[in-house]
Amino acid sequence: MTERLDGPAPAVPREEETSRGGAAGPADTPRTTRRLGPSPAVAIAFLLPAAVLLGVWVVYPIVYSLFRSLFDASGKGFVGLGNYTTIFTDAGMLTTIRNNLIWVVVAPIVVTTLGLIFAVLTERIRWATAFKLIVFMPMAVSLMAAGVIFRLVYDEAPDRGVANAILTTVHDTFSSSQGYPEARPREGAQSAVAAQNGGVVTKQAVQAGQPVLVPIVGVKPAAMPKNARPAKAPTGGGGLAGTVWFDFTPGGGGAPNQVDAGEKGLPGMTVEAVKDGQVAGTATTAEDGSFRFEGLPAGSYVVRLPQSNFKAAYNGLTWLGPTLITPAIIGAFVWVWAGFAMVLIAAGLAAIPRDALEAARIDGATEWQVFRRITVPLLSPVLLVVFVTMIINTLKVFDLVFIIAPSSVQPEANVVALEMWRVAFGGGNNQGLGSALAIFLLILVLPFMIMNIRRFRRENA
Amino acid sequence: MAKASAAVILAGLAVAVAACGNAPTTSEPAASSSASSASTGGGGKTLEGVKLEIAAKWTGDEQKNFEQVLKAFTEKTGAKVTYASTGEDTGAYLGPRIQGGSPPDVAVLPQPGLVQQYAKQGALKPLTDAVTKEIDANYTPYWKELGSADGKVYGVLIKAAHKSLVWYRTQAFQDAGVQEPATWDDLMKAAQTIADSGTAPFSLCGASAWTLTDLFENIYLSTAGPEKYDQLSKHEIPWTDPSVATALEKIAQIAGKQEFMVDGTSGTMQTDFPTCANKVFANKKSAMVIEADFVATSVAQAKGKVGEDAKAIPFPKAGDTAPVILGGDVAVAMKDSPGAMALLEFLASKEGGEIWAKLPGYLSPNKNVSPDNYPDALTKQLGQTIVSAGDAVRYDMSDLAPSAFGGTDGKGEWKILQDFLRKPTDIKGAQAALEAEAKKAWK
Repeated sequence: MTERLDGPAPAVPREEETSRGGAAGPADTPRTTRRLGPSPAVAIAFLLPAAVLLGVWVVYPIVYSLFRSLFDASGKGFVGLGNYTTIFTDAGMLTTIRNNLIWVVVAPIVVTTLGLIFAVLTERIRWATAFKLIVFMPMAVSLMAAGVIFRLVYDEAPDRGVANAILTTVHDTFSSSQGYPEARPREGAQSAVAAQNGGVVTKQAVQAGQPVLVPIVGVKPAAMPKNARPAKAPTGGGGLAGTVWFDFTPGGGGAPNQVDAGEKGLPGMTVEAVKDGQVAGTATTAEDGSFRFEGLPAGSYVVRLPQSNFKAAYNGLTWLGPTLITPAIIGAFVWVWAGFAMVLIAAGLAAIPRDALEAARIDGATEWQVFRRITVPLLSPVLLVVFVTMIINTLKVFDLVFIIAPSSVQPEANVVALEMWRVAFGGGNNQGLGSALAIFLLILVLPFMIMNIRRFRRENA
Repeated sequence: MAKASAAVILAGLAVAVAACGNAPTTSEPAASSSASSASTGGGGKTLEGVKLEIAAKWTGDEQKNFEQVLKAFTEKTGAKVTYASTGEDTGAYLGPRIQGGSPPDVAVLPQPGLVQQYAKQGALKPLTDAVTKEIDANYTPYWKELGSADGKVYGVLIKAAHKSLVWYRTQAFQDAGVQEPATWDDLMKAAQTIADSGTAPFSLCGASAWTLTDLFENIYLSTAGPEKYDQLSKHEIPWTDPSVATALEKIAQIAGKQEFMVDGTSGTMQTDFPTCANKVFANKKSAMVIEADFVATSVAQAKGKVGEDAKAIPFPKAGDTAPVILGGDVAVAMKDSPGAMALLEFLASKEGGEIWAKLPGYLSPNKNVSPDNYPDALTKQLGQTIVSAGDAVRYDMSDLAPSAFGGTDGKGEWKILQDFLRKPTDIKGAQAALEAEAKKAWK
């Protein structure tokens, strides 16, 4: 533009005027109707390649999807808006839409907030570049690979999944379980004991002098204490006494409910004598599983092994179960994108006029007030860019859900983009319904696209 | 590798062009006259100079073994056969080649459903009488029907996977002092004893729903019998049929007891296929895994020995039928050339089957291939069950269903069986859901 202006026209006003040969004098009124630039033919010739590409790659697919979405799976039967009705009546699809809502509401806010915090904090630390590099690193990993990584992170077994390893380590620092998880009373009419409220009780009331047999089965090999000694059939004697033992002969062959040779006692079990719902006495089993209540008044008691004996070790959370799956995947998404948000926001931060911050500080504003009243408002255009980009990214999220969610919880973790692929290609082979979903997704993304474009225009104006 | 095979094909084409000047039809004129004598199996090398291409998904050892079978065919007939690997997605490989008008002479399809699909497209050539005769002699009518579409025979099942097995860790059985169960009730009793001993009896693969369909199919074939199995496969009887409830009840006997499943319901639902086998043989947390012959790979990875550390037993009878369910690959002709037909005839024959059977990793659905040919005891045992089950052998039901019902993650039968595993008390609900999905899929 400027090149043209430095032509023959002397002291042309700021209004852009062509200065082609033979032009009527320096017209400074908007009266002129002469166009700017080359002839329409040339313009079209220049636009054509881009227009053709856009048409082939963008406009035609959209129009065709719209058209295809009105037909059934075979593509021959016209169903009108039937596919769209299916979207909003199918229960599974409603879960999918609900999940997308959660994604759109939660993920962009978390990513933008984290990015803002990182950006503001890295301004003040010495190793800012190193820190930024580390936070930005996940961007270099493809979403697919990130999915594989987080599938492992969320593995339920603490010896494989980092998330549960951390949880169990923290938990075990405060309390450790020493019991017989998953052990249970021997079932059946022959057995003298039964399960109750997670514990084990004798079916009948027992009295002193009458030995109490408490057969337990299903003791995990790992839970068996090293010091356990072979159980002994209890003999009579004074007081209420009995034996708690693992009623299973290794290799089979033992008689149920009887203390056989080779069967081990279960040491360290808490045993309670209960009368009328009140605990009258407590004992602990010895290495051979025997116990004896000392100084208990005569009478009949129910012997109980409370639930605490059978408490399973804490194994962390079921991250990949139906309830936690969406938050878990959002966690992976945040890991990938927080660095991107940080870098963009940090760039915006660098452009903020320092004097505004200085002025606020001189006026006695606290750091929080500076951040809240000066930094964030000045940053808001950048924050908006990040936020809108993230919304578009969450709406089209696909690979993370596809990889992280085990197939049994895919229905609970489903999102529209994944459902679209699955219905159209991943087994469903219903491209009509798939196209309808694609159009639905397009409609969801459209407002944010328009918002973005408007903003660009405003900025360029 | 790919480059090398491409070069071979190119070289082959060059020779063909040089010879006749019209590559795609070279073999036709030369071979057609001798075709009949080739298929009647005369002594001479009647297909000398004919070039064939066969496409299948096998790679590695499976490919090498199959190439030995092809070599035997070449020695017998003189026809040169090139093997092309389709990769895992056979449809994606064959689709463009069919559309481009240059399909391989013979293709091996991993699912019978594809036979119907390609037959409808007109991409398959009906088998000649000579080949059908061979099929009639060596296969039960069920397999013939499976390879047919609209009354014409298009394909023959040439390689089978045995899906009616229960694998167990011998040590776990010894520790609990239980014997190999022969019936479902015995299996449940053994499972209870193993659970009492402190080991979880079953390792189910809840995250790989196809293993659940296999479990269901075995129980269903056993309790309801082959006729009902066929009817349900084609959705001729509804899933709300009482026979389905019987089978689901049996699954509930396992899924209803937390101590029967390693890591309980929640852990089971996150366990995919090789992991559940590893829980038995590598981690030794469980005693049994109910899956097909290919579990042997997991045993080998855990440095175990099949027959010593790990054993497989036929799926216990839950009803009147001893279930034998196969998966497998169907060979079809995509060009109507005498060479392609001769190759199919060879693969369907006792002779071809026995050459293949002597190599490891192969199980033949051919009832005339004697189990004595197999190199290891397990395959011998599996072959024996196929021969003795005779007409009652069936193909994997979920692979016969439309894929939206029997083959998609999070949809149809796969999803409902997973839901049922989570909530094994709701048999009626599961049946209703299955029927609703089936209605949609068979529309």
